[in-house]
Amino acid sequence: MTFVAFMFYFFEAVAALSALGLALVRNVFYGALLLVACLLALAGIYVLAFAEFIAVTQILIYAGGILVVIIFGIMLTTKISEKPLVVEHSYILSGILAAAACFCLLVFVLSKESFVSLTAYVAPPPVNSVQTIGVSLFSKYMLPFEVAGVLLLIALIGASVLASNIKSKKE
Amino acid sequence: MFPTEHFLFLAALLFSLGLLIIITKRNTIMMLLGIELMLNASNLNLVAFNRLLPETVDGQIFALFVIVVAVSEAAVGLAIVLQVYQYYQTSIPDSISELKE
Repeated sequence: MTFVAFMFYFFEAVAALSALGLALVRNVFYGALLLVACLLALAGIYVLAFAEFIAVTQILIYAGGILVVIIFGIMLTTKISEKPLVVEHSYILSGILAAAACFCLLVFVLSKESFVSLTAYVAPPPVNSVQTIGVSLFSKYMLPFEVAGVLLLIALIGASVLASNIKSKKE
Repeated sequence: MFPTEHFLFLAALLFSLGLLIIITKRNTIMMLLGIELMLNASNLNLVAFNRLLPETVDGQIFALFVIVVAVSEAAVGLAIVLQVYQYYQTSIPDSISELKE
């Protein structure tokens, strides 16, 4: 087993185990930290799948952005109630049944399909993939790019309007 | 190099665990974490299938747009969670049942 293959299976094991821990843990803060570990391991897998730009975006936006927002949310919600952040589990049997059914269905379908014939062609991209992404983002995908910008603006305004406390200002 | 099935099995596992988290956790922030896990599983599928066509970057660009939508969803979702928390003083989704009664 080469070093690259060892790193690939190491990242896969870290991602799977931290997701499993996220399903079992009862503390919200530990859950957020486990999600950070899972997302960083996924970024490592993206690098090994020749998607360097996606990996850097994953680290910057998920591990840097979303998780900071979620930890702020955890801090703000505990300040109001001053209760410990222990999460109860409910519907355990139905949750396990639904998740196991979903997993077994996906594994059954995936194991029936064969991707072996396609893997023979897998090679690193011949050109700079970041340059290719940039060029196609501003040529072929210009409209979705602009729509994504508008969506981000709407989400920013909407989140700040929703989170601001308008009632207390009027009183 | 690595078989594509290994990417897809990991993505299936992450998706099912996200579903399990959304169903079993009695906390809205934990449910948001489960949704993020499911979106990441779909991203992993997109990147893994993009490996099979190395001359294009369509899958990677689709993954970028999924990340953009996930960011918007997390921001708006957490704002809603904060407002619900301030109004009802609880973050258990089952106990917010005003419309049911």
